[in-house]
Amino acid sequence: MTAPLSEIRIRKPETASAPSSGSLSESGGVSLGPLSSGNPSPAAKISEVRRFLLARGNSAFADSAFRGLMMTCAVSIFAIVGLIATELVIQSQMSWHKFGLPFFFKFNVDPDTKLPLFWDPVNGVFYALPFLYGTLVSSLVALLIAVPLAIGVAIFVTEMCPGFLRGPLSFMTELLAAIPSVVYGLWAIFVLVPLLREHVNPIFIAIFNAPVIVKLFGWTGLVGDDGLFGGVNLGLGLLAAGVILAIMILPIIASLTREVMSAVPNSQREAALALGATRWEMIRVAVLRNARIGIVGSIILGLGRALGETMAVAMVIGNTAEIHKSLLSTGHSMASVIANEFSEATSDLHRGALIEIGLALFLVTILVNGFARLLVWAVTRGTPARVN
Amino acid sequence: MKPATQRNRTRSTVRMLVDHLATALAVLATILVVAPLVAIFVYLLFKGASSLNLAFFFEIPKPVGESGGGMANAIVGSGVLLGVASLIGVPIGIGGGIFLAEFGRGTRLANAVRFTADVLNGVPSIVMGIAIYSLIVFNQGHFSALAGGVALGIMMIPTVTRTTEEMLLMVPHAIREAALGLGVPNWRSVLSITLKTASPGVITGCMLAFARVAGETAPLLFTALGNQFMSVNLNRPIQALPLQIYLFAISPYDDQHRLAWAGALVLIALIVIAVSLVRYVASRGILKGAS
Amino acid sequence: MGVGIEVTNLNAWYGANHTLQDINLPIPANHATALIGPSGCGKSTFVRCLNRMHETNPIAKVTGSVRIGDIDIYEDSSPVEIRRRVGMVFQRPNPFPTMSIYDNVCSGLKLNGYNNRKATDEIVERSLRNAALWDEVKDDLKKKSGASLSGGQQQRMCIARALAVDPEVLLMDEPASALDPVSTSKIEDLIFQLKTQYTIVIVTHNMQQAARVAEKTGFFLNGRMVEFDSTHKIFTNPSDKRTEDYITGRFG
Repeated sequence: MTAPLSEIRIRKPETASAPSSGSLSESGGVSLGPLSSGNPSPAAKISEVRRFLLARGNSAFADSAFRGLMMTCAVSIFAIVGLIATELVIQSQMSWHKFGLPFFFKFNVDPDTKLPLFWDPVNGVFYALPFLYGTLVSSLVALLIAVPLAIGVAIFVTEMCPGFLRGPLSFMTELLAAIPSVVYGLWAIFVLVPLLREHVNPIFIAIFNAPVIVKLFGWTGLVGDDGLFGGVNLGLGLLAAGVILAIMILPIIASLTREVMSAVPNSQREAALALGATRWEMIRVAVLRNARIGIVGSIILGLGRALGETMAVAMVIGNTAEIHKSLLSTGHSMASVIANEFSEATSDLHRGALIEIGLALFLVTILVNGFARLLVWAVTRGTPARVN
Repeated sequence: MKPATQRNRTRSTVRMLVDHLATALAVLATILVVAPLVAIFVYLLFKGASSLNLAFFFEIPKPVGESGGGMANAIVGSGVLLGVASLIGVPIGIGGGIFLAEFGRGTRLANAVRFTADVLNGVPSIVMGIAIYSLIVFNQGHFSALAGGVALGIMMIPTVTRTTEEMLLMVPHAIREAALGLGVPNWRSVLSITLKTASPGVITGCMLAFARVAGETAPLLFTALGNQFMSVNLNRPIQALPLQIYLFAISPYDDQHRLAWAGALVLIALIVIAVSLVRYVASRGILKGAS
Repeated sequence: MGVGIEVTNLNAWYGANHTLQDINLPIPANHATALIGPSGCGKSTFVRCLNRMHETNPIAKVTGSVRIGDIDIYEDSSPVEIRRRVGMVFQRPNPFPTMSIYDNVCSGLKLNGYNNRKATDEIVERSLRNAALWDEVKDDLKKKSGASLSGGQQQRMCIARALAVDPEVLLMDEPASALDPVSTSKIEDLIFQLKTQYTIVIVTHNMQQAARVAEKTGFFLNGRMVEFDSTHKIFTNPSDKRTEDYITGRFG
């Protein structure tokens, strides 16, 4: 055979019967312990272990029981969601039997004041339009304020921020997302509302209701005493609700946007820069364009959170079941009317109507959240990483 | 018409200006966001600290008009509610997470479970409140701490499931193989090896869920209802810290406002501790030693 | 002490991939048998079929028979029971990171419900001595975590862990491939000693290692066993041309 084979040194086969004792002479390696001394009791111990284990059995029952138990836990989640949905449907049936689909858009007219009358528990009138309006307007205002700011922050932290600031900023964002609604509401009542009433709203009122503006833009219906900033300035109302909602959904939109922006591979950024783009152009072309689906997803997720927010909104929205054009007017959202009236509901129909509103909220948030998750997932492909 | 070089120079100056403007706007946005948020925090701390005293922790609210008093019943009540909630949320959540990571990986059932958990997570807390009201309070005929605890417990499940699954998936496959190779039955391997290895992460997931539901008010409005007095009875209404804060915040009495600030500070402290702990564990690496 | 293994008509699949084809192989008791072959030839899969670890993959399938001693491991027994009789040491050391050295070594006993404290102490010491690790760790048994040892020490600890349950067969899937030469030679010496107590099957990429350690060698190629004979014969005078090509380095 050829040369390499002869290089292989082969140990002569040893007899396998007796345990070898002491150290290996050839390789100068290892010396063995008690096993090789031929002491009878260690060997007996060893086979005791073997006997013990042989008697243990195959645990097939325990394994399938365990699997079954874990599966039950997982499947119980289905059961819980199903139960919630069923309860909502059943308990609200009094209301949707009576009012049907017009529940959401019809209204009566008050014979005395000739004004629309939506929600009159005393007389058994329950139409939900004002709550839809309040929810929509406050959420819209919140998005208008929060989205540009959140994207701005996300851009800053991902693309422009010096390294040492990243940690503290993301820590702060996490903290702010975790603050309970009721605490935001508390701050809103005692700080935000007076701030709006005394400093911010007068500015808007001065601008929107100035005679010059009214003359020029009166045709839009957005200015003047009947416009966006008309009526009494209480501080409370749709605008206050919108602002506090904006503060609450900002951290979510910002951190999700940051995640989808970070998911854009660096090669895209480098390609843009290599072509001579300025930093902003690189961001616009390489990052934002690639991440836009995910950004839209995070905005929708923020919307989903805003729709369901209860306590902070209930504390500043003014709690009246009316529809007015002005942002300074008080109103109600779907969540806040339930919070306010449920425990003192005057009749079964009243309660049923409130539960129907809850059901509508349930369905809407499922749709919105589901759609948003789909978008975010499509960009980041599964569990988001913990990026600092 | 300017020559090409001059036009290019103008174009690039414009581009540079736009770039600087964009940077300025981003910085401005960050300042606009950070400053008020920091202000909120500081205001809360300041107002809360000045209202916090020993009486807060040990006395129940005084009748209207009298000064002093505290939120002892709310603190104890929150403790009871969170205890019930954890008893429900943690086992089911961890079980669900174990199923997703160890038995259902890649199956359609697992994807459906994960999706449904997300749906459950997105249910507005007020809707959860009315659902539990219908299920428990309505049928029992009275408000109870049990109902409140159940509502909060259900809200914990999606978070705990999701984090447990994530943490279990991070345990290297080699460690599972080592256990199975020794003839350890699967159930023992999952519990004593895989789950144990992932336990720091799983525990922080539970902490996160705990901190989140600790601040929830809406689901308690028509389940636990609230209680002026100290109570630990699961079958009677019970007070909770966020609920008490809400009631005091909307009341017309300054004294109660003061207590509301103190309560808010306590809640914030809890949140800060939880979030910081989570970050600390995550940064240390969840699996010390496992490569 | 050890038992022999009789493999008959073993076929294995990963999904649609027919990884092992018609393997027939008698593995003698109390000897070391080496399995060599190029990457991807199926030797790791084969060894994992011997203790039913192959099945942990949901798309895996096995037909044929493997008899260890007098029982067919697929027909007459369950995976859990087989794995207590057939121990395994993996390519990369995989100590349990949350356990001390002591707990790692006796984990196979503890996790199977063995509670005899005094006997466990003795078994841990014996297993660590047999794995040539005792002297290095005897002072830190309960203080140091299993994962804080060096690579070579970790692998010897994994060997001790496998030995603690007193298996009849020890399977080793390239146990030294991730280690430095000094640790490798220590482990080879170990195997040389251990084969008097146990039946050892060692998969190796390293022909010299096979030659140093094993009495019998099997050469695998593309999922088939091409040749199985005494180590001496395989390396000096192989019957099959493919074996000779591999040995002399013409491929693989």
